Amino acid sequence: MSVTEKLELFEVFVRSKRGLDHKHVGSLHAEDHEQALEYARDCYTRRSEGVSIWVVKSADICASQEDDADCFYDPNDDKPYRHATYYVLPDPVNNM
Amino acid sequence: MSDAIKAATLEYATRLGDDSVVLGHRISEWISYGPFLEEDIAYGNVSLDYIGRARMFYTYAAELADDGRDEDDFAYMRNDREYRNLLLFEMPKGDFAYSQVRQLFADVYYTVLLPELLQSKDETLSAIAAKAIKETKYHLRRSRDWVLRLGDGTEESHKRTQKAVDALWGYTHELFDMDATEQLLADEGIGVDVSKLRDAWLQRVTEILTEATLTVPEDSWEVKGGRIGYHTENLGHMLTEMQIVHRSHPGCKW
Repeated sequence: MSVTEKLELFEVFVRSKRGLDHKHVGSLHAEDHEQALEYARDCYTRRSEGVSIWVVKSADICASQEDDADCFYDPNDDKPYRHATYYVLPDPVNNM
Repeated sequence: MSDAIKAATLEYATRLGDDSVVLGHRISEWISYGPFLEEDIAYGNVSLDYIGRARMFYTYAAELADDGRDEDDFAYMRNDREYRNLLLFEMPKGDFAYSQVRQLFADVYYTVLLPELLQSKDETLSAIAAKAIKETKYHLRRSRDWVLRLGDGTEESHKRTQKAVDALWGYTHELFDMDATEQLLADEGIGVDVSKLRDAWLQRVTEILTEATLTVPEDSWEVKGGRIGYHTENLGHMLTEMQIVHRSHPGCKW
């Protein structure tokens, strides 16, 4: 087994500015959360310093499957009233 | 600034620059040899911090020398006998445990040294210290973490880490040596009296080594000489490699 196969995989999220959301920027290998945080700092924030970093074990992420796309998303397409744009706004409200 | 103080400050800035460039170069030798990609990038960043520090010290030295030399001349055009770095920093990179133990000794050293240099009456030295303090805080997090992992790791990693501690211990005494030049600057409030820092260094290092299940060696031997240009055989080889491009193509830009 190579070294990286023995290490855990982590997903890295960086918030580059106050007020913005954390954005997924990539993944890396590390021994534990603490080390993952340090490597995230070195691999992803050295050029434009972020203000906050999150790391989470990739194995802990529960992701939707592509096969589920039909039942997950399609039902929304024929129900336009679920979207705000369906409603006619009174003139004084220019943008929404 | 009197001539004597100016000459001493030039020597001091050169010494601090030499320490940074030599250690920075030794760390850079790990690039592409790191145990895995993430560590490779992280340790390379530490190297860059030291090279950046060296540039600041050398730029200041060149300004004080005022003889037409620039930072590159200080780094690339001086021979080993003209280098004034601490011997600890010129030792070859060894195995990963060896490099991390050396790094721990260096990082704790700068943790106790830089806050003192920050108080310097010399504004440039103080400003360099201010920038370096933040870097060092992070460097120490890393090296402390590695020494704990390796010392308190497997039988093999413990053995290698202890071996590194024992092999390097005799080079740490020089870190706290004073000579007439540094004493003059310390008296003037410009330089740091490093002889007063060993207790704090030793306490911190002892805590970390103990936590890592490692043994603090006896003070049974010590090697010195870097500050007067007497080096181990390792520095010459290192400088040959570090300086070859600049010396082969003087003034070359790319």
